[in-house]
Amino acid sequence: MARFLVRRLLLLLPVMLGILLVTFVLVRLIPGDPCKSMLGERATEEKCDAFRERFGLNDPIPVQFVRYAGNVLQGDFGVSIKNGRPVTDVLAERLPMTMELTFFAMLFASVFGIALGVISAVRHNTAVDVGAMIFANVGVSMPVFWLGLMLAYVFALALKGTPLQLPPSGRLTAGTDLPSLLKVWGMEDAQGLQRFMVLLISNSVLLNSLIQGKFNVFIDALRHLILPAVAVGTISLAIIARMTRGAMLDALTQDYVRVARAKGLTERMVILKHTLRNALVPIVTIIGLQIGGLLSGAVLTETVFSLPGVGTQIVDAITARDYPVVQAFTVLIAVIFVVVNLIVDVSYAYLNPRIRVS
Amino acid sequence: MQESLSAPIATVPAREASRLRVQSPFARTMRRLLHNRSAQVGLVIISLLVLVAIFADVIAPYAYDQQIRQSGLRRRSPPCIHLLGCDRDKPQLLMGLDGNFRDLFSRVVYGSRLSLQIGFLTTGAAILIGTLLGAAAGYAGGWADNIIMRAMDVLLAFPSLLLAIAIVSVLGPGLINTLLAVAIVSIPIYARVVRSSVLSVKEMDYIAASRALGASPLRILFVRILPNSLTPVIVVGTLGIATAILDAAGLSFLGLGAQPPTPEWGLMLGEERNSVFNAPHLVFFPGIAIMITVLGFNLLGDGLRDALDPRRKA
Repeated sequence: MARFLVRRLLLLLPVMLGILLVTFVLVRLIPGDPCKSMLGERATEEKCDAFRERFGLNDPIPVQFVRYAGNVLQGDFGVSIKNGRPVTDVLAERLPMTMELTFFAMLFASVFGIALGVISAVRHNTAVDVGAMIFANVGVSMPVFWLGLMLAYVFALALKGTPLQLPPSGRLTAGTDLPSLLKVWGMEDAQGLQRFMVLLISNSVLLNSLIQGKFNVFIDALRHLILPAVAVGTISLAIIARMTRGAMLDALTQDYVRVARAKGLTERMVILKHTLRNALVPIVTIIGLQIGGLLSGAVLTETVFSLPGVGTQIVDAITARDYPVVQAFTVLIAVIFVVVNLIVDVSYAYLNPRIRVS
Repeated sequence: MQESLSAPIATVPAREASRLRVQSPFARTMRRLLHNRSAQVGLVIISLLVLVAIFADVIAPYAYDQQIRQSGLRRRSPPCIHLLGCDRDKPQLLMGLDGNFRDLFSRVVYGSRLSLQIGFLTTGAAILIGTLLGAAAGYAGGWADNIIMRAMDVLLAFPSLLLAIAIVSVLGPGLINTLLAVAIVSIPIYARVVRSSVLSVKEMDYIAASRALGASPLRILFVRILPNSLTPVIVVGTLGIATAILDAAGLSFLGLGAQPPTPEWGLMLGEERNSVFNAPHLVFFPGIAIMITVLGFNLLGDGLRDALDPRRKA
């Protein structure tokens, strides 16, 4: 296992390098003078010279790349062109929202996807099964942003006045006050990694409100997350349901299931303890593979629900041609994506020892 | 001995014999495909969509950018269908008016052209490039394989839609750039599929025979190996069309793809997303159109996979 882990980690290095290279090249590919695209069309020649000198744009490209990679590895993504803030601060501000959304979407998709798949497999070829699979087919075909808008319509307007009414936009109800943890803990002058971590926790509204013991804010934040999480998670739910059904149907034909039934176990035990447990390996893999789709879905859904996350920030940054921000977010999401895939691979190898050998 | 062996074969009834006649793999696959429920539904949906796209001029009552200004017609008017009891003095509007007094139904109908083109063009381009890269990697092996596949790994390290967004941010918003971005991010999938397929076909005896007969490497690759490696690409490609349509719609929804007044479904949704509470029809119909189109390709892809998989029963 240890050797497998080391090999897998070593394989990560070229991919990480590739991510840096791609993001570096992407920004270099922007047509036109980087100075003009960064400082605006009316920048004077003097200003441009100073700009090139400051950002080392006169150096050879390989030197520039090494400097860029070095900066990123030290957690320095430069400053936003739009407002001059360190990009790291923007990251710490926006990332928690997207992480919360992705997490709850994944939770929703996994729990209901596995449940639906198991029920489908147990009731194989009945109306329940057919209905569930039709739902799964439709579910994978829905545009996330459209589902989000439809949910907003149903739960904020059609169900208005009922207990099912849910807020259609924003992170918290307007006027809700939640001070930054930097203030609460008196760490306003913290620097570097410490500041970044505190900001990350502080900007996760759920964590922050729990830490400060403001449970009404916590509940409010959760309610604001339900519709977006359902919208983001539905495609994955459908995929997981299909995969679970297939894996369960395979597992149900195995001899150990017959043995389990023969020795008189209840059907419930047979399904949950013997069949599902063995079907879990492919299911865990498919859940891990959803992370890319979920992150992409989160980006689209934040726009629908006006949530202050990575997605809305990227779109804003693109419109404002704020390249350091676009670059930083792209690097970060790719790294998260790669690391999650690594975790999935490793857990897969842990669950299924045969993988480690090959 | 000889006679006893040949006897049973001779006694096979004629009807049985015709059933045993060797069917070409293509015919067999087609038969299986047409018997597959998913594929049937998928094919019907796609055929209808293609018909709508071809005859858009005939089906759509208005041009996609034509403004209908008439007294009593407000911006974002709800649908008005005469059969369902709508006032006959008013023009029939199957899906209502959009924010610019345009007939939504006509725009959705014209949108089918665009979405199908987007799906086929991007997937076609991605398959072409992906196949060449994958074939080169699988056939050449060694360092070429390593370089190509590591590059593909890096592209796969990004969630596809996000990479597409990053590419569009560099190229600038627009439909063509969106097509490029969506095509680029789907190349690695096809490269991987073709490579693994080429790797297995490469070891077949008939390839060795071809080589022994003195065929050039390029001839072996393009005439002997590639045509026999493309089956998985058909399945992945069909499902890929669905993804491409969804991704392109997503980019347009964010305002990075098609620009107004193009009748692109994602863009139509994006333009009217703030009126979902007072004019839900403007959001509902374009989304349904995207969903049905994507559903069609997904179902056909599933059906193809079942039909082409020799391990599954017909």
